[in-house]
Amino acid sequence: MSIAADDQRIIEFDVRTDEMLVNMGPQHPSTHGVLRLVLRTDGEIVSEVTPHIGYLHRCAEKIGENLTPRQWIPYTDRMDYLAGMNMNLGWALTVEKLLKYDMPAKGKHLRVIITELGRIASHLVGMGAYGLDLGTFSPFLYAFREREKILDLFEEACGARLTYSYITVGGATADLPPGWLQRCEKFLDELEPIIAEYHALLTTNAIFVRRTAGIGVMSAETAISYGCTGPVLRGSGVDQDLRRDGEERFTEMYDGYAFEIIVQKDGHYPQDHAYPRVPQQAILGDCWHRFYVRMLEVVQSMDLVRQGIDRYSRATGSWGEPVKLAEKLPKGEAYLETECPRGQMGFYIVSEGGSIPWRVRARSSSFCNLSVTHELCQGCLIADVPAIVGSLDVVMGEIDR
Amino acid sequence: MRGQSFLDRLKQQFGDGKIIGGNQEALDPWIEVSPPALVEVCTYLRDEPTLRFDMLQLISGVDYFEPDPKKAAKVSGQPHMELVYHLWSVPNRVSLVLKVMLPRWKNDVPGELPVVSTVSHIWRTADWHEREVFDLSGVRFVGHPGLRRILCPEDWVGHPLRKDYEMPLEYHGIRGK
Repeated sequence: MSIAADDQRIIEFDVRTDEMLVNMGPQHPSTHGVLRLVLRTDGEIVSEVTPHIGYLHRCAEKIGENLTPRQWIPYTDRMDYLAGMNMNLGWALTVEKLLKYDMPAKGKHLRVIITELGRIASHLVGMGAYGLDLGTFSPFLYAFREREKILDLFEEACGARLTYSYITVGGATADLPPGWLQRCEKFLDELEPIIAEYHALLTTNAIFVRRTAGIGVMSAETAISYGCTGPVLRGSGVDQDLRRDGEERFTEMYDGYAFEIIVQKDGHYPQDHAYPRVPQQAILGDCWHRFYVRMLEVVQSMDLVRQGIDRYSRATGSWGEPVKLAEKLPKGEAYLETECPRGQMGFYIVSEGGSIPWRVRARSSSFCNLSVTHELCQGCLIADVPAIVGSLDVVMGEIDR
Repeated sequence: MRGQSFLDRLKQQFGDGKIIGGNQEALDPWIEVSPPALVEVCTYLRDEPTLRFDMLQLISGVDYFEPDPKKAAKVSGQPHMELVYHLWSVPNRVSLVLKVMLPRWKNDVPGELPVVSTVSHIWRTADWHEREVFDLSGVRFVGHPGLRRILCPEDWVGHPLRKDYEMPLEYHGIRGK
């Protein structure tokens, strides 16, 4: 049949594209995030992206102005529910800074072990969920398989699997149970060979590389100007990690630990000889680099946990005595940022005296990381939007608070 | 960045009327900037080669006001709205705290939000942070590219983190308080 291929009107109808507004999301709260993106598209090309947030807003800051700092610890869990331990630590350190309380060494090592395990658990979800965003399902299941083992360890230590409230002002709620360190070491030995499996599944996968390499490239200047932190910042080649550069109260936890910042220098990542090299198509600051930084950080954290176990078992003294710490806050204000899996998480506390803070403020890392979306998505394809947003590894509970 | 010498250097650069003072003894030493000079000072802090405060970490609005007259004596100073800017220098790895004091209401007319100029053209991240401060603490940023609510719904009434905020009794058929 000659469906008038030479009919000018039909050809025009087939290839003509119109500008169109497309709503992406919001999805169900139990999925990766309740994020609504409004895309202005022309055919497959995205010309403008506007993120709309606030669907999970639970007024955590307002609640913080009506509770004592220790009562507010559970609310920090519910912000970044994938790395609750790291959030507990950030708030606990901020309050301790205001109280000028210094943790005994043993408590610091305990906190290093726990928060680095939390970082592994969070990056595993970040990696698995990113695979899911790009249409592959198995890495998601494998990542959760390993994460569950970390959650088992956490459950043993504090009784909870998602919202721990374990690290608290003045230490932790309990010491590590007997035999826990051995089980933790056993887990690390098991995890080590599995990392290679993840790299085989995603990092070197031809489809994965084509979906991520060269997509959503962010320059170092853009990343800094938007306040991006964590793997998103280091993926753009900026050498900053608060475990080394942060405030003394935080960095002294890592005193004597041997570790390198995962950032590309002269085309190489530290200790990347055992892992796949950067593919040809990848550009510094693209989705692939952000993903790769996270993968290498898992290995880094495993090393830190091992060192922490060694130091913790040799340290003498107390792991912290939260009960004895005075509930009365001195007049003043304190701001402290810690390196959470998603970036720099800051807490700001203002006290006018008394046991309840005057003002509680959370600087969430995903909030800043997400704000760069509209810049990264300009001119990309619709299918690249999930790849870009996924590579930022945002947790909506932290953005909306 | 801390110390009296740094404060003196800034005062010399801008004159006393723009850098009003500050507290160098506090846990996080801070510097007070007069509201009209904010953009000028921030641009200088970002661009000066020896300072390079190129990352804005946080803008927070703190409302100093106690609605309960019995407790009001405990709150320091006159009622006012405070904006706290936490800056960070990536190359130098130092932080700096700037404060701007604003009246609680513009011209003392309740409902007229206090105003200050935006810094979103200096640090892009300020765009969202200023929207959040506007949404929750009720400060109007002049020159902001799109000052809309960010966490609360568009039709929300009031600014929840003001100390005299009252919970709504009803919102779209949902019972409050």
